[in-house]
Amino acid sequence: MPFERIKFYQTGSFAAGNRLLPEDLRSVQSSPARSNTLTCGHRACQGCGEALGARYALDAAMRATKGKLIAVNATGCLEVFSTPFPETSWQIAWLHSLFGNAPAVASGVGAALKAMGRTDIRVVAQGGDGGTVDIGMACLSGMFERNDDVLYICYDNQAYMNTGVQRSGATPSAARTATTPAVGPEPGNTFGQGKNVPFIAMAHEIPYVATATVADLRDLEYKVTRAMDFHGARYLHILVPCPLGWGSSPADTIKVARLATESGLFPVFEAEGGEVVAASPIRHRVPVTDYLRLQTRYAHLFRPEERTEVIARIQASADRNIARFGLLGNQETDHPERIRLTPALQYDSPGEG
Amino acid sequence: MLKQIEGSRAVAEAVATCRPQVICAYPITPQTHIVEALGALVKKEELNAVFMNVESEFAAMSAVIGASAAGARAYTATASQGLLYMSEAVYNAAGLGLPVVMTVANRAIGAPINIWNDHSDAMSQRDAGWIQLYAETNQEAADLHIQAFRIAEELSNPVMVCMDGFLLTHASERVDLPGQEQVDGFLPPYEPRQVLDPQDPVSIGAMVGPEAFTEVRFLAAERMRQALELIPAVAADFAGQFGRPGGGLVRPYRTEDAELIVVALGSVLGTIQDAVDELRDDGIRAGALGITTFRPFPAQAVRETLDGGHRLRRLVVIERALAPGSGGIVTADVRGAISAPDGRPPHPADTIISTVVAGLGGRAVTRKSLRAMLTSAARGDLPPFSFLDLRQDLVESELARIRAARRSGPSAENILRHLSVTGIG
Amino acid sequence: MTPHGRTAEDSLSRNDRLGRTAMFQVRFHGRGGQGVVTAAELLASAAFREDRYAQAFPSFGSERMGAPVMSFCRIDGKPIRTHEPVTDPDALLIQDPTLLHQTDLFAGLKPGGYVLLNSARSFGELGLADLADLAVEQDRNRFRTLSASNLAMAHLGRPLPGAPMLGGLAALTGVVGLEAVLAAIADRFAGKVAAGNAAAARAAFEFVASELARERADA
Repeated sequence: MPFERIKFYQTGSFAAGNRLLPEDLRSVQSSPARSNTLTCGHRACQGCGEALGARYALDAAMRATKGKLIAVNATGCLEVFSTPFPETSWQIAWLHSLFGNAPAVASGVGAALKAMGRTDIRVVAQGGDGGTVDIGMACLSGMFERNDDVLYICYDNQAYMNTGVQRSGATPSAARTATTPAVGPEPGNTFGQGKNVPFIAMAHEIPYVATATVADLRDLEYKVTRAMDFHGARYLHILVPCPLGWGSSPADTIKVARLATESGLFPVFEAEGGEVVAASPIRHRVPVTDYLRLQTRYAHLFRPEERTEVIARIQASADRNIARFGLLGNQETDHPERIRLTPALQYDSPGEG
Repeated sequence: MLKQIEGSRAVAEAVATCRPQVICAYPITPQTHIVEALGALVKKEELNAVFMNVESEFAAMSAVIGASAAGARAYTATASQGLLYMSEAVYNAAGLGLPVVMTVANRAIGAPINIWNDHSDAMSQRDAGWIQLYAETNQEAADLHIQAFRIAEELSNPVMVCMDGFLLTHASERVDLPGQEQVDGFLPPYEPRQVLDPQDPVSIGAMVGPEAFTEVRFLAAERMRQALELIPAVAADFAGQFGRPGGGLVRPYRTEDAELIVVALGSVLGTIQDAVDELRDDGIRAGALGITTFRPFPAQAVRETLDGGHRLRRLVVIERALAPGSGGIVTADVRGAISAPDGRPPHPADTIISTVVAGLGGRAVTRKSLRAMLTSAARGDLPPFSFLDLRQDLVESELARIRAARRSGPSAENILRHLSVTGIG
Repeated sequence: MTPHGRTAEDSLSRNDRLGRTAMFQVRFHGRGGQGVVTAAELLASAAFREDRYAQAFPSFGSERMGAPVMSFCRIDGKPIRTHEPVTDPDALLIQDPTLLHQTDLFAGLKPGGYVLLNSARSFGELGLADLADLAVEQDRNRFRTLSASNLAMAHLGRPLPGAPMLGGLAALTGVVGLEAVLAAIADRFAGKVAAGNAAAARAAFEFVASELARERADA
């Protein structure tokens, strides 16, 4: 997202920055007129990254569309914890059909709106990594290929969490899940390294693709808003830590997400028409072990002994992302001509010059 | 307007007059001509609808679900493997109570892969909660689609219109296609019972646990019960407005004084009626009972038809699908109908019911074979369960092969090889 | 004489002569890509134009170019209910002579039935002496060859024999009139294709009609 450096000196306060910003740059959440699309009372776990991401994303979408929004949800954690019969947390028109068909159902909603002459109403489809990367991949690709006017948001917690933490096509290397347990000579996820759906989306050359995390919620809001500037198929991939599945502390959800980006493991970028147009630079680079150590799904990499080769492989993939996207700002990138960095809003903590 | 037209095209034109707003298309033999014709109408701007080419049948039904939930009249068509592939979504549409209409161009389900006509596809979805209508002719196929949209929308329940693949879809017959004004007078614009509306938001598709699931499902059964009343009413209204009968629950043919009645679904009824006439000439009081509405099963109408003739001795139920390990799909429902759930004794008490599995995978059901089989039934020589025109020699040779060696090879290929050696009989 | 060039008496007397019921069944044989299905549909369309009931449908094998295909057409004065294949045709239209030695094309042909074979040569010349004898034995008027592909090439520029075969059938059997066949062609095709098919059909009709007249005169 575009940003400019500002300095502020107020410390020890949680009223961070908002009132110093122009109104249109303030977080949606700061407005009493926000939609509260996913309102309180849902049954998400303590520290759930998906609940946080969904609330920010949908409220931003509602602001961008002035409330003219229909949401289609795949089966998964979000759908289950948001609609425990007989209650619903959704304050908008919302449809849940099946696990693997959210993109197709959303395409159908879009077609109906077009047929009825109501293209002022926009459509958002949402699903977890399982419903997007695996069982929904065919429908997602179809939606992309037809360039249907839908924003698809994937909340990626890197496994089938709702059913008990099973491996999905988004589960990273070496991670422990119920179906890739940390036992035997090669504990954790030994095959695959997570499908790169943002790249798959870019390969369809759809108007807008972006990644985000719940560590940079303002950036997330910006990306949802930006996505709504486009018509046609758009894809947003949000990293949402799951304390239960990742074995991290509920209080660390945002921290873990930040470490994912600062280590280079999860690059945050935007692409338009199949080409990367912006990438968020890493502010303070950390080794991947800082990130891995906070999650017991990687505990087997450190105990009983440190699995240095596996960690090295993980580090190498982080290094590759950094090189590929030029995440360290002024360094050489693989494709310098393809990556244009735009300035982003940064908050310098005191003590930094 | 009277036309000599291919069945698929007749259905496409009938559907077009129903003013669908979203049409989803995924190709599978033998329904492709339907969606192709509709696609051409949309492309030429003769039909104002959004035509989506989707990536699978699962996507087709899913998109239709989304479109219907958003308030649009939605339609798709499929057959066989495609119907199975969308099965999860088929159940979903019924469970959500969305009034979508779908054509099923009846085709056999593999393995072995087979593109020809039988009813195994639609039968596999008989418990999904969709209303199932079976067309006897192309005229009826066209007329049933028009009635289907009305039935679906009045009940908020999806409707499947079944027409025999190739035998009807690819046959050119005389069809009277209603004009746009006539259909507009019969089918009003879609008024949804539930809809995704940002001005009045609702959540559709919530999880329902043990505390309420039974009640939600009871309402699905109730919709089916209401359909039993609505379908004849819509058929009567159709007859009044379009000047010809069509649809309804059952279609009896010469059953009033029949001693032998053949029960069947779909286009085979035409051939059966010819056979019935020949048997009557031979002095056998035969009749036929066509079942137009299979779901909900019109038990009372079936019972009343069979009650009407006090001379009924034998029922022959023609099955156009095989339920392995079970006695017959239509047979079970017919037996249930004449067994009278209201406690009355079965009537007639000594009616002999025979199940004949016929025309699987597109094998022709001929008047000659029907006549021979029914004559044998009238004589009392028909077993309770049999396959019409079974090639006993092919079966015997494969069974012998299986007995002789463990590695006997794929049965289908063995039989085909044997067939090419012995010739098609 | 009706505008169709055929009197009602002609039809009645034909039916009486043949001793058949009112339904007339035709089986078409050819190879994929030769328009066998279209020919059946055109015949049905022609019958429809004469206010009769008609049913046309293909028999379905693997649909690839060059594979043997069959199609069927039934014509009747009352609604046609049956949906079984045509097992006892009143007429056979064979669009591809290379099929003759491969399958039993004549299976079920009714006694007194018609055969129209697309070939420039006679039955004898095609090595079908038995068939030629059969033709002579029955009524050789009913077994004919017609160089439909040549007529199609001449008038349409493509070897699609369907339309001229129908023209020949109309002249041979009187089951439909030439005008109805031409109207069906005009309805199905457009422009030069319609004109070419129509010309080929008319040429075939006139050829067969004149042959028949000559043979009757000789007899």
